Amino acid sequence: MAASAAQVQKTTPRKERGQYRKFLSAPGILFLVILTQVPFVAAIYYSFTNWNLLRPDSRGLLPTDDLFRNFGRILTNQDFYTVLLNTVILTVSIVVITFLLGLGFALLLNRPFPGRSLARTLLISPFLVMPVAAAVLWKNVLLDPSFGISAYILSLFGVKNLYLIEEFPMASVIAVVSWQWIPFVMLILLAGLQSLPDSTIEAARIDGASGFSMFTSIILPHLRRFIEIALLLETIFILNEFGIIFVLTTGGPGIQTTNLPYQIFLEAFSRQNVGRASAYGLFAIVLANILVTIFLRVIRNQNRSEVAA
Amino acid sequence: MSMPVSNLPARTAPVRSMRRQKVWGHLLSAVTLLLAFIMFFPILWMAITSFKTEQMAIQFPPRIFFTPTLENWRTALVGSPFLEFMWNTVIITFFSIVLALLLGLPTAYAMAFYPTKRTDSTLLWMMGTRMLPPAGVIVPLYVIFLQLKLLDTHLGLILLYAAASFPLVVWMLRSFMLEVPYEIIEAARLDGANLWQEFSKVILPLLIPGLAATSLLAIIFTWNEFFLAVNLTSRDASPLSVYVSTFKAAQGNLFIAKMCAAATAAVIPVLIAGWLSQRQLVTGLTMGAIK
Repeated sequence: MAASAAQVQKTTPRKERGQYRKFLSAPGILFLVILTQVPFVAAIYYSFTNWNLLRPDSRGLLPTDDLFRNFGRILTNQDFYTVLLNTVILTVSIVVITFLLGLGFALLLNRPFPGRSLARTLLISPFLVMPVAAAVLWKNVLLDPSFGISAYILSLFGVKNLYLIEEFPMASVIAVVSWQWIPFVMLILLAGLQSLPDSTIEAARIDGASGFSMFTSIILPHLRRFIEIALLLETIFILNEFGIIFVLTTGGPGIQTTNLPYQIFLEAFSRQNVGRASAYGLFAIVLANILVTIFLRVIRNQNRSEVAA
Repeated sequence: MSMPVSNLPARTAPVRSMRRQKVWGHLLSAVTLLLAFIMFFPILWMAITSFKTEQMAIQFPPRIFFTPTLENWRTALVGSPFLEFMWNTVIITFFSIVLALLLGLPTAYAMAFYPTKRTDSTLLWMMGTRMLPPAGVIVPLYVIFLQLKLLDTHLGLILLYAAASFPLVVWMLRSFMLEVPYEIIEAARLDGANLWQEFSKVILPLLIPGLAATSLLAIIFTWNEFFLAVNLTSRDASPLSVYVSTFKAAQGNLFIAKMCAAATAAVIPVLIAGWLSQRQLVTGLTMGAIK
């Protein structure tokens, strides 16, 4: 078969050969469709069932007059809004913090100096650390109230035996996740800064632009697409944050630091409630889909404007 | 490297202003390095603590100078199930990336050289699947795995991680393939090369650096994955991330220093993979949105 394909190739133009070769993408795409779409369709189905793993006989669909029971239960439960609010607080705070610090680091790194690549290597490292390992490290070593680094720093100010994670659970989660994600924003914004032609900056300087007006009128507009991409991607990933909460606070105290993924985890694996957890999952999917759509639109617009330019 | 922009006007400015700028420059460099060190410090502290005795690890105020011991590393690596979990992680990471590459190479080839009207939207769709919340489908996955007897198996996680790496692999390999000069491929075809020869003798050798970069990125994401692993495995197939998460409370004979040794060992491979692939990191993280 391969031989005959080769013979055809010699005489036919590229397009006709492609009639067969374009199907080389089929196995991979089929694989991805099965692994991502089958569970998704199943999630929709389960969200309309009353299935609890503890009651195997409860598998059937809900009665038609009460088909939306799972969604109704979620929407009328105060916890849902607390969880949603937690998710928003967590995500927004982390995005703001990592944006400001990430931009700061990117600006600092965007000038040649001895030790620059060392600084860069050190700065990206927190992002590479396994999130659960980072959480274990912060919880048991750095923030320990009796021997941690935080205890040492606090003792300099006369504060003793303050367990930061218990005292400020949400802030602790935000701090640890931010520590990991500052490098992500920094890397993308640094790539943006480095794509700004020197000639543009020079021209602005000749026109008399000073440091600050240079930043607001030249650098920031140029960085816009990089900022959009960085923050959208970060938001999409941080909405999924699980490991750090799992280790640091287990969603507590109460549900003070429970976000959407953690709530789904609780519904599914402590309460064994397949129906309700699936319905919760659909909320997470819808939320992510909205953001992903915005993200893809941003990228598509950029590609278009690049072609135009 | 380009000319430092900040020094440009200094060339015409008086000497004193030039000197002042130089001092400023050194100060800024020092501040940058200091801040970078602070960001890295937690990782360094973990590594340092792993060489302390248990008593010293919980000493207050924290000790910086001490005689290092390898005892914790021995206990953490050999005297605990660490290596079993590490082995699971290695197996799962390796085979999931091999599978993603086996499926991804032909897909990337077709999409790079034989694009159709739908290629662009397919690529965007792939990118989208990578960003969907795993939490949204964890329950159906659990049920499906239960029925297919894939719970707590290497194969189960290998399939899922391969699906997670697949869009990244296709996206990256396609862009590397687009950089292969078309004349070379054309010449091979004129010499009568069939599809396999064209691929293995012409494209693959040129793709090696791209393959390495792509694999390193896939390793970073797969090695650290926790959510799917903790929900779909219980012990036999659990990767390192699940083991490390059990340190949230003091574990058996693992205390602070041994915990640090185990966590450091779990983190080092990805740190190295990340340092090696620094240049491709941005492209990989943004799914090719930024090159």
